[in-house]
Amino acid sequence: MRGFEQYLSEFHDRGVEVVAISVDSPAESQKLCQSRGYSFPFLSDPNAQVIRQYGVLHPKGGEDDKDIARPAEFLVDTTGTIRWVNLTDDIRVRARPEAVLEAISRLGG
Amino acid sequence: MSCKHARFVSIACTARLPSCGTLEYEDRFVKRHWNVPIWAGFAIVIVALVSYIPIFAQFPVTRDVPWADYLLFLLGGGLIAVGVKRAFQNPEHYRGKISGSILAVLSVLLLGIFVGSILYLAKQIPSAERALHTGQLAPPFVLQDIAGKQVASSELLKRHRAVVMVFYRGYW
Repeated sequence: MRGFEQYLSEFHDRGVEVVAISVDSPAESQKLCQSRGYSFPFLSDPNAQVIRQYGVLHPKGGEDDKDIARPAEFLVDTTGTIRWVNLTDDIRVRARPEAVLEAISRLGG
Repeated sequence: MSCKHARFVSIACTARLPSCGTLEYEDRFVKRHWNVPIWAGFAIVIVALVSYIPIFAQFPVTRDVPWADYLLFLLGGGLIAVGVKRAFQNPEHYRGKISGSILAVLSVLLLGIFVGSILYLAKQIPSAERALHTGQLAPPFVLQDIAGKQVASSELLKRHRAVVMVFYRGYW
């Protein structure tokens, strides 16, 4: 998340928006954004409906056996097609913004 | 430092008890040095354990392979080994036979906890075989942002060349 914030202007320069999605409520996400200084949209999917549709549900992965999202990054082009996916098998290891920028430069157009 | 202590003790002793028979024993006792490497090493081991999340996990270079923490564990362990070795080889000069052994065992346990978290706990997520893949259509959505405003993916895609969707576990 921190990496995406650092590289945010590069994403925006290329006409690409970054959004974060989790089961956290808007209030919880607001707290997170304020404390960490994140300025891109954080979206709330409290029932994990969208998370389930993207196939990245981690059933009972959260506190009190709450369903949450597993870490994953999707790059979606303007036609709504997924052009690049990163699915980690390790909570600690997320996509590096540089890798996403590279995928963006391969989008063409 | 020990000399100063020894003198202090002997002065205190003679001042209070003119015929201080335990002086020799006190001198010998106080002259044993604190085994600094043991405690410094253990402090570094603690730092190695607790520094990962707030510091090293913040940077991909030290996050993906936590070499900085392993290095600290190695440094701390090395210092403890030096301290324990001299406590056993030279017990009349150095303290730490017991404390050093306890801290050495504790350090091994802490290293075990760290490695276990990295190699096992962090990988306890379901397989991604159900995840959508490249070439598929991304399901459209409308979700609330932090201000409570409805954000539609179709709107985002209309106004941008592409959108990066970062799914994350949340900070429950």
